[in-house]
Amino acid sequence: MKFDPELIWLSSGIVGLLALSSVITFILKRRAGGGASKVVANLDARVKAWWIMVAIFGAALAAGWLGAVVLFGLVSFFALREFITLTPTRAGDHRTLFWAFFVVTPLQYYLVAMEWYGLFTILIPVYAFILVPTRSALAGDSEHFLERTAKIQWALMICVYCISHVPALLTLRIPGYEGQNAKLLFFFVLVVQLSDVLQYVWGKLMGRHAIVPTISPNKTVEGFWGGVLSATAVGTALWWATPFTWWQAGLFSFLLTLMGFFGGLVMSAIKRDRGVKDYGTMIEGHGGVMDRIDSLCFAAPVFFHLVRYCFT
Amino acid sequence: MTKDLAAWLIRVACGIRPLPAEMLPPAPVIFFANHSSHLDFVTIWAALPPAGRARTRPVAGRDYWEKTARRRRLARDFFNAVLIERQHVTVASNPLAPMIAALEAGDSLIVFPEGTRSADGQIHEFKSGLYHVARARPGVALVPVYLQNLSRILPKGDILPVPLLGSLTVGEPLRLGPDETKPAFLQRAREAVQQLAR
Repeated sequence: MKFDPELIWLSSGIVGLLALSSVITFILKRRAGGGASKVVANLDARVKAWWIMVAIFGAALAAGWLGAVVLFGLVSFFALREFITLTPTRAGDHRTLFWAFFVVTPLQYYLVAMEWYGLFTILIPVYAFILVPTRSALAGDSEHFLERTAKIQWALMICVYCISHVPALLTLRIPGYEGQNAKLLFFFVLVVQLSDVLQYVWGKLMGRHAIVPTISPNKTVEGFWGGVLSATAVGTALWWATPFTWWQAGLFSFLLTLMGFFGGLVMSAIKRDRGVKDYGTMIEGHGGVMDRIDSLCFAAPVFFHLVRYCFT
Repeated sequence: MTKDLAAWLIRVACGIRPLPAEMLPPAPVIFFANHSSHLDFVTIWAALPPAGRARTRPVAGRDYWEKTARRRRLARDFFNAVLIERQHVTVASNPLAPMIAALEAGDSLIVFPEGTRSADGQIHEFKSGLYHVARARPGVALVPVYLQNLSRILPKGDILPVPLLGSLTVGEPLRLGPDETKPAFLQRAREAVQQLAR
């Protein structure tokens, strides 16, 4: 990878932000003394997990495009694992699931790595769509068949198909931006995740009115607007790292924060339906992998296609 | 060392968290669990703290685990299993004798009182072995264990695993009451496992 000073600026910004969060958490903990509240303890765990996630993300990106493909491939694999674990399937789905984990998921990322746009955009919506019910039907169990098939197909779409559009950003050939796509990926993940974090922070500080109380009481109107507007502001201010002008970066950021919110909301609805609070326990303070990437799911394909149509 | 690594790999592959040593009563104990997959005894074994693991022996059917040389090596050499007779039980091949001998030597046991792997996801009636061992060694704590999702990872009759997240829940230890009848005790033991499912 070529040395890119802008990428260094972005990374330093993140490290600075995390350092600031650690300092704030430290002060909150000090002020609370021995009786630190649950919120502060959770905040502490979250910030620590962010350091680790940022380190892994940074290392993968520094390793080049293959590093990003492998990282998000693993993220998909773990997310799919959490998703299917929560979804009741039957013995007749066992081999179908084997295909989903060990053939469809690696193949999807292989196609992204070889930049075969024409196939990676239809592998799961078309071919896995046919494979999943066929393999389950061959196993001969018709009980709840449509339901089981739909659940596996959904799991593949969300955890694998949608998430694979994040590293696919590296395959876009944007005139005048060649060899700089790592920054685009950085911009995308930063805006979506920052919007998530800021919605959480604003929500904790001044959240009063839940948007959809039956699905997620923690998502409040105040948190939503605070998070969306502040993350959009940060995204707009980062226009220099993207192929966009400042107002385009602003529009994209706004769209990303919205899609991130929708993704998080839908994944919350699924959790509520299954009667759980988190998808897993892999990331201290956050829950499972799926809980951390829920906001990326919808944002990734939409961002990928919009940038592709408008800029290549 | 190899065994610690194997235990770690099994825990990672099945999504099982290690059991803290302070959650377990002093050895020897009998872990009894629901049974649906070959992974059942493997995961209990892997979840135990290393010191306890070395002194915990799974109880398994001789007919199945002595069928091929590879199964025999795995059961005998790696897991140090107590192989018991399931099919032609005589006085000479009393399945209880090797279990009681192991307890007497200070080893803990892993047993599956349903007798065989359940294929329908239900916890079936318990066989009476658990009662007889408890009667013979009343001081031994009986620890109920509920295993979830392992049959979805590796179902009976399949050899290809699917990497889902399993879970292992340990309940309060049971002891046989002084004048508890066999059916009452077996029912209570089964309910103790079922309760952990909720």
